[in-house]
Amino acid sequence: MSTAAHDDVAFPQPDPNEAGRPFWQALRDGALTFQRCSACGKGWLPARSHCPNCLCPDWTREQASGRARLVSWVVYRMAYHPAFASRLPYTVAVVELEEGPRMISNIVRADPQTLHIDQPLSLVIEDESGTAVPRFVPATGQGA
Amino acid sequence: MQHPLSGKAVIAGVGHTAFGKLAGRDTVSLNVEAIRNALGDAGIAKDEVDGLYVKAPTSRFEMMYAQKLAEALGLQPRIGGVWDHGGASNISMISMAAMAIDAGQCEVAIVALADNPATGTRQAYEKAWGDDAVFGWFGTPAGYAMVAQRHMQQWGTTSDQLGAVAMACRRHGASNPNAQLRKPLSLDQYRESRLIVEPLRRDDCCLVSDGAAAVIVMSAKRASRLGNTRAVPILGFGQGQTSWDVALRPDLTTTSAAVSAKTAFAMAGLTPADIDVAQIYDCFTICALMTLEDYGFCRKGEGGRFVEGGNIELGGRLPVNTSGGLLSETGMPGLQLVIEGVRQMRGESVNQVRGARRGIVSNQGGIMHTHSTLILGEPA
Repeated sequence: MSTAAHDDVAFPQPDPNEAGRPFWQALRDGALTFQRCSACGKGWLPARSHCPNCLCPDWTREQASGRARLVSWVVYRMAYHPAFASRLPYTVAVVELEEGPRMISNIVRADPQTLHIDQPLSLVIEDESGTAVPRFVPATGQGA
Repeated sequence: MQHPLSGKAVIAGVGHTAFGKLAGRDTVSLNVEAIRNALGDAGIAKDEVDGLYVKAPTSRFEMMYAQKLAEALGLQPRIGGVWDHGGASNISMISMAAMAIDAGQCEVAIVALADNPATGTRQAYEKAWGDDAVFGWFGTPAGYAMVAQRHMQQWGTTSDQLGAVAMACRRHGASNPNAQLRKPLSLDQYRESRLIVEPLRRDDCCLVSDGAAAVIVMSAKRASRLGNTRAVPILGFGQGQTSWDVALRPDLTTTSAAVSAKTAFAMAGLTPADIDVAQIYDCFTICALMTLEDYGFCRKGEGGRFVEGGNIELGGRLPVNTSGGLLSETGMPGLQLVIEGVRQMRGESVNQVRGARRGIVSNQGGIMHTHSTLILGEPA
């Protein structure tokens, strides 16, 4: 059992299928990626074998800019998994990448009381027991 | 104008078990008890049944579950099986039974549901959502909290307005002798209720319950031949599937409940103004509030104001969840709402809406992924 920074219980690890493995590998290399359909141009997450718009099996993997906006968020006040007990309260959000795909993520280094919908966000990739986890912080400065 | 199928099928009988903790009972046993009660209520012999539709128990998935249940009932149905699109399954199965009867595929159908997450396993309700577990994204309440936050931010819906939904259900449940939770809720008590996943509190979340419910569907003609004067006509039904997961849903505050209700109202030849009483799926307070909007009882974004001030309580403009709903009667996913809809049309509810002639019932599944709507009328 690995030792997480905050807890003595194992941090949950992703268990991706074949289509999802490159997503987590790319994060270890510092890139948040998504798939884009070669036929219709639709971009999507999470990983799938076929485009959910036109069912085309041909697609490319693109790196996201890391700029995103906040769609909605929740603040956990109880832990559903022991690895999160010492992290309460923590924020889970739906974010929309500027390229279009949406994903579940965390908002970190922000007071949840200050969050608002459509707030500009920036990607940070953080290590959790050897897994590179894509999270977001409120964007600062120009072009956010 | 009504669809030709409107009113052709009826709910001829209803039955259920006790609700709450029923330790040691498996879901087959619970289903059999509810079905026995429903057959008795319909005044029909078991051997008349040739259709069996059953919702997959949420608490534990079992292959070929409908055959296990048919065996326990000593039945060889012509048609039926397990249907699974979450809590919407119940009304969807009633719709399919009505269509099957009309198509001559069966004559008398059982629709049933049993669950035992209170004393059995509740693992299905607490699971991590795949790879998103790395974000701490666990549990059903969080999905509804995500929807509720967006609704509050986008439309100005308040925590107190969510509380008004809980207060209505708890008031109605308090006078229902069969309700699992019979404690009315004040606004102050709601405000002090512990936060689970913000913005949702404990009192925004439905009960966790063991129990079963069943209804008997047959043609209006058959019920009439049997001399059943309490058979409740099915005036309309409809379904809708939002499908996208919460994270991917383009619009978090509108669901295919709108599609489902539009189909059901069109079939019945009715509008929301014709409805006297509503049983609205309330696994979480936000779900009931948004369904009232999607059904057209108020405009999108006005659900918060609609549920305030006793408007959805007995004596209000549209009494909702008159037996207590999932928040107070039982947390079972949905068929109990159909039973209360039937009781209202028969004039047999403990919180009877006087003169109620048309009732609507909603069922939904997942995090508002699926929806089914049923419109009921008074007995002929």
